[in-house]
Formats: sequence, structure tokens, C-alpha cells
Amino acid sequence: MASALINVPKKAKRGEVVEIKTLISHIMETGFRHSTTGVPIPRDIITSFVCTYNNEEIFRAMLYPAIAANPFFSFTTVATESGTIEFMWQGDNGFLATASASIIVE
Amino acid sequence: MSANLKRTQWLAPAAVLLGFAAIAVVSARAEIPVAERRSGYADLAPDTKTMQDDDTANPGMLWVQDGEALWNARSGAADRACTDCHNDARATMAGVAARYPAFDSKLGRPIDLEQRINLCRTERQHAPAFAYESKELLSLSAFIAKQSRGEAIAPPADERLRPFFEAGREQFNRRQGQLNLSCGQCHDDNWGKRLAGSLIPQAHPTGYPLYRLEWQAVGSLQRRLRNCIVGMRAEPYDYGAPEYVSLELYLMWRARGLPIEAPAVRP
Repeated sequence: MASALINVPKKAKRGEVVEIKTLISHIMETGFRHSTTGVPIPRDIITSFVCTYNNEEIFRAMLYPAIAANPFFSFTTVATESGTIEFMWQGDNGFLATASASIIVE
Repeated sequence: MSANLKRTQWLAPAAVLLGFAAIAVVSARAEIPVAERRSGYADLAPDTKTMQDDDTANPGMLWVQDGEALWNARSGAADRACTDCHNDARATMAGVAARYPAFDSKLGRPIDLEQRINLCRTERQHAPAFAYESKELLSLSAFIAKQSRGEAIAPPADERLRPFFEAGREQFNRRQGQLNLSCGQCHDDNWGKRLAGSLIPQAHPTGYPLYRLEWQAVGSLQRRLRNCIVGMRAEPYDYGAPEYVSLELYLMWRARGLPIEAPAVRP
């Protein structure tokens, strides 16, 4: 099961810089390893992460095999207006996970 | 450092004054004095400390989240969820992880938290037991252990545990494996020094199940013990073996009073 932990401040003042933190459960199998019987373990990683703020993209990341399991992102944005911040992770084998959080800007 | 201090203490002529303490030391090697005991947390890099302290950065919380879902999910032939008997885990499970392993009168031996969960599974929910180190068992035990966060480790004062506790202590101090090492030689005598690049901790199980960066996953105390046993080049016991539970019992007594940190993060 893909579960994510999101931390977005519930309230912020207009123009304030807010920190957004996300953590997602994923094995991030590199594709370079072999099982105990010598069979290569196929790559299974998250390849992209996108964050949108009221449908406007504010952060994007590409992920590669060297990134550890359960990727954690922390980034900042300027609180401009109340609304929703949405997160989307996409990866190998059709992996797709989404999450969202709302923010009130006063 | 502490061990050397202790040795010189009981070699000194004033040892008569320390008579009682010295007897305790001789029978149980140089145990770490209560005032000097510290969780592995104290020696973590600042980054790792931040990771453990922030619940939105601590990857162990992913398991806790899954565990909460399992706590509320009906399962087995009895179609019962943990919450149907135990209600709100935040209230009923607080402090539980701090007092396990505990004696089970039916089995006539101590059991650890994972075994307790599986007993509930088989006897109350009439569901198959979870496999050791399965995502489900780790999640549920992480969720339950988290409810004891901050509580001091308090092994039960149960006389029936005594022989198992002594067996655990004996195991801790027994040399084993091709390297002919005992647990105590590292964790009592040489904690704070380095084994290759890694700091030797005092080995207090304060945060299990915990997220180990090396594992890139949450693992149980038994998994950690197997690591150490393999490191001594000895044959590890199977998961769930009574030897682990005895050792856990001794380790919890050794760590008594230290706060539970589950789910901890360790390198």
C-alpha cells in the first residue's frame, strides 16, 4: 500500500514563505541488485514528483535509482492565496500516488 | 571507559566499602552504571536526530500509519478488529511497549510484543498469525509501540520472569561465534568507542521497531539481534526463538528508566 505523509501549514499570512514536507512509502529498488539465486531484481522506482498549488506547478523533481527508499522532499513556497496543494508521484510499473492538503491564507 | 573505572574500583583496597556493589559487578560483569546509561539517540548525527524527531520526516511513521489502519480493520473468522476489544490505542496501549516482554501464564514463558499481537490474532481474531518481519506485523507493532513514546521502560516485577531473565543475562555475557565475543564485551566494556567506522552503542532497545537507514525499512529488535549474532559469526536463532525473548527481557531491564522512542531512526 502506498501511503504518504504530508506536512503543509494549515494557515499562513499572505506573502509568507511556508515549508512543505512530503514522505512517501516506496521501496526504490535500483535494478542493479540480484536475488540470492542470482536473478536480477527489476528496477522499481519513483521517477517523478510534482507539486501544484491551485493547479499551478510549484515544484518538480526527477528521481533516479540512487535515491534511497521512502523518498522525502522538503521545499518552500510563498503563500499567495487559500486553496489546495496537490502532490503526485509517478514511477515504474504504473506506480501512481496522489495526496492533497489545504491551506488558508489570511 | 566506565568499565575500566569500575575495575580499578574493585581492585582498590576500599573495595570493602563497595562490597555489595562489587559482588553485583562480579556476578554480572561490569554493568553500565545507571547514571551513565544513554539511548543510542544521544550519539546520532544531527540530521538523523531531526529525522527521528519530526513525525513528518520520520519514515517509521509510514509504518505507524499502516498499523493504525490494521488496528481498525476487522480480520479473521471472528471478524473483529483490535479496536473492538482494546478501543482507542492512544489510551489503552500507552505504556504497553515499555513493559514487554511479559510473562504469559498459558504458555508458561515470556512473550514479546510481536508474539502478543500474534496471540491476539490467532486466539481472539481467529486469523492466521503474521509472519515475523512482515509489513503487517511491523506496522502493527510500530503503531502500538508509538503509543508508549516518552514512557520510561519498566520491566514487570514478576518473579516468574526471573529464570528467563537470568538466561538472558547469561546469554548476553556468554562468548559465542567464531569471533568468540559476548554482547557485553562491546556494549558494556567498549561502548562509546568505534568498531571500524561505527560507534559502539550501549545497546538499549528504546525505539523498536525502528527505521534503520541501512535497512531502508522498519525492523524489529529480533532482526537487530540477528545482525549482531551474525556479526559475531555465530548461528542466529530462528525468528521467535525463546532465546531472543530472554535476551530482550534482559536488555529491557538493562535499559530500565530510559524513555521509549518508537519508532526511532538509526543509521
